[in-house]
Amino acid sequence: MRIAIIVPTPLRQYTEGRDTVEVDARNVAEALSNLTARYAPIRRHLYGEDGRLRSFVNIYLNDEDIRYLEGRAETGVKPGDEIRIVPSIAGGVATALGAGQVELTPDEIRRYARHIVMPEVGLEGQKTLKQARVLVVGAGGLGSPASLYLAAAGVGTIGLVDFDAVEFSNLQRQVIHGTRDVGRSKLDSARDRLLDVNPEITFEGHQVRLRSDNALEILDRYDVIVDGSDNFPTRYLVNDACVLLDKPNVYGSIFRFEGQVSVFYAKEGPCYRCLYREPPPPGLVPSCAEGGVLGALPGIIGALQANETIKLILGRGEPLIGRLLLFDALRLRFRELRLRRDSECPICGENPTIHELIDYEAFCGVTQAESDLRRLEGEIPQTSARDLKARLAAGEPIRLIDVRESHEWDICHLEGAELIPMATLPAQLNRLDSTEEIVVYCRIGERSAYAVRLLQDAGFLRAFNLAGGILSWSNEVDPSMPEY
Amino acid sequence: MKRERGVRDQGQRRRMGLNRDLLAAICQHVQAAYPEETCGGLLGRVRGAEALAVVETVPLANVDQAERHRRYLIGPHDVLALERRAEAAGLQVLGYYHSHPDAPAQPSPFDREHAWPWYVYVIVRVEEGRAREARAWQLSDDRETFKPVLVNGSEHVAIETEESRCGLQSSSPPP
Repeated sequence: MRIAIIVPTPLRQYTEGRDTVEVDARNVAEALSNLTARYAPIRRHLYGEDGRLRSFVNIYLNDEDIRYLEGRAETGVKPGDEIRIVPSIAGGVATALGAGQVELTPDEIRRYARHIVMPEVGLEGQKTLKQARVLVVGAGGLGSPASLYLAAAGVGTIGLVDFDAVEFSNLQRQVIHGTRDVGRSKLDSARDRLLDVNPEITFEGHQVRLRSDNALEILDRYDVIVDGSDNFPTRYLVNDACVLLDKPNVYGSIFRFEGQVSVFYAKEGPCYRCLYREPPPPGLVPSCAEGGVLGALPGIIGALQANETIKLILGRGEPLIGRLLLFDALRLRFRELRLRRDSECPICGENPTIHELIDYEAFCGVTQAESDLRRLEGEIPQTSARDLKARLAAGEPIRLIDVRESHEWDICHLEGAELIPMATLPAQLNRLDSTEEIVVYCRIGERSAYAVRLLQDAGFLRAFNLAGGILSWSNEVDPSMPEY
Repeated sequence: MKRERGVRDQGQRRRMGLNRDLLAAICQHVQAAYPEETCGGLLGRVRGAEALAVVETVPLANVDQAERHRRYLIGPHDVLALERRAEAAGLQVLGYYHSHPDAPAQPSPFDREHAWPWYVYVIVRVEEGRAREARAWQLSDDRETFKPVLVNGSEHVAIETEESRCGLQSSSPPP
């Protein structure tokens, strides 16, 4: 039967200027298909690549949206009925990638069904994820959950930068690695695990230390960078490279019971340097190796980083740009700080002074601190664990001083030693005799080197440092001594 | 993130007239909505194949439910009402305007996916609550790209930032 289709203004250029086109049809679907058969160029504006009506195309039958009618497009029509194509108008800012030309296989559609069923992701969003390239810096505490969730979510290409091997002490939180992986390269271990989680993805391993001379080249191949690094030089390097390359930097950091997350994206908000212009003096902020970290904490923070990365790729929701999320695991509290772009930021401000990558080790004072320590170690008289063991066994009178903290003492200590934590040492010098032979130790021989220097300055002439600390004792003398 | 780049087909350029008062009304509307996006209709007359003149701007509600700071949506009922209003006034719906809070006045891939042909899309960049620049775009027939539409003869309409006024001043396109 003959019915009228009312064509909206934007499509009239394809209907020879007509606002009404009459077609013969039994139902709405047939009417539309006759219309597009007659005026073929209309088709691509009404239907997406999947053959379904585009989301912003509304079909009304006599002023009733067919979406709300029984049987929808199969709704029958009577003579004199009027079908009206009504546009919705939509758009907006997007940081999203284009979904482009990729297709999903039936297997992938099954795998990502719980994504695809949500309109905020959908088939288009899943294709966008498949096209995305994400680089995760560090296959450690944060990189483990972040890369696992990104792989599971179907991010098409995941790059990972790391040069370490899996250590036994990593397993408490770095859940991408297993006990059988101890001693393997972290990249090999991560590759196996990620491809087991999702064999559809492409894994790109970068077995290098990220440095000023390779960072731009590596980061430039990716759309989003996830910073899971554990030190200041790398953090500033990743930030600066992201600003220079115009890439979003999904930042996370963890220490003991506290975590931070943000998205630094200089195109749309502040960068890491707007927040922290300069790194703290070396040694002031202890690393996780020294200070410890709760095992589940990186799981929470790394998963948040994966969450933000997926949102950036999809261009959905409110990204954490310009906001710093603080998490306190002990009190179980999230706090949020608003971050402002610093107009005087040396890299993303109005008059930037940094135009290329710099020497980040020097910037963070690491090289200086290391050479100080090496010089100190050269000057400080020391003894090896083996020699110490031999002399103690021979019954020589040696006073053993442990300058670690009491909770470290509880893990392990040398027989016959006395605990005088480093911070209390200056006040307790009167407990020691300046003429007796003293060997000072800590975990790895750094704190004790400073302690020996302090003793020397106070006139103790026979103070020695246990080189390599209690760790070397465990390695060379007594393997039953726990390492931490 | 990928950006829209490159404008093909420099041949036939569409031109649109939009006077100072109308632009000021658009600016006022989008500034009031900041930091959310907002939108409205452009009613006017078609003068020959490639020339349009805006006669009236109609602020519309952004009915996007979830993300109004980065998305706008004008529902079919509002579109239908706008078309009827235009018809009653002897005008046509020439297109729509919307704001990009703290983002360039360039169509995003999301804009392109959702665009209709023929309509002129005016995008106003609003930075920290202030309208800064307006540009106008039209979807290409193959849906692959947007072509710039000249507004008062210019591709970029810089917006003056005096307190009360939201006038316009043409600037030449960047080299």
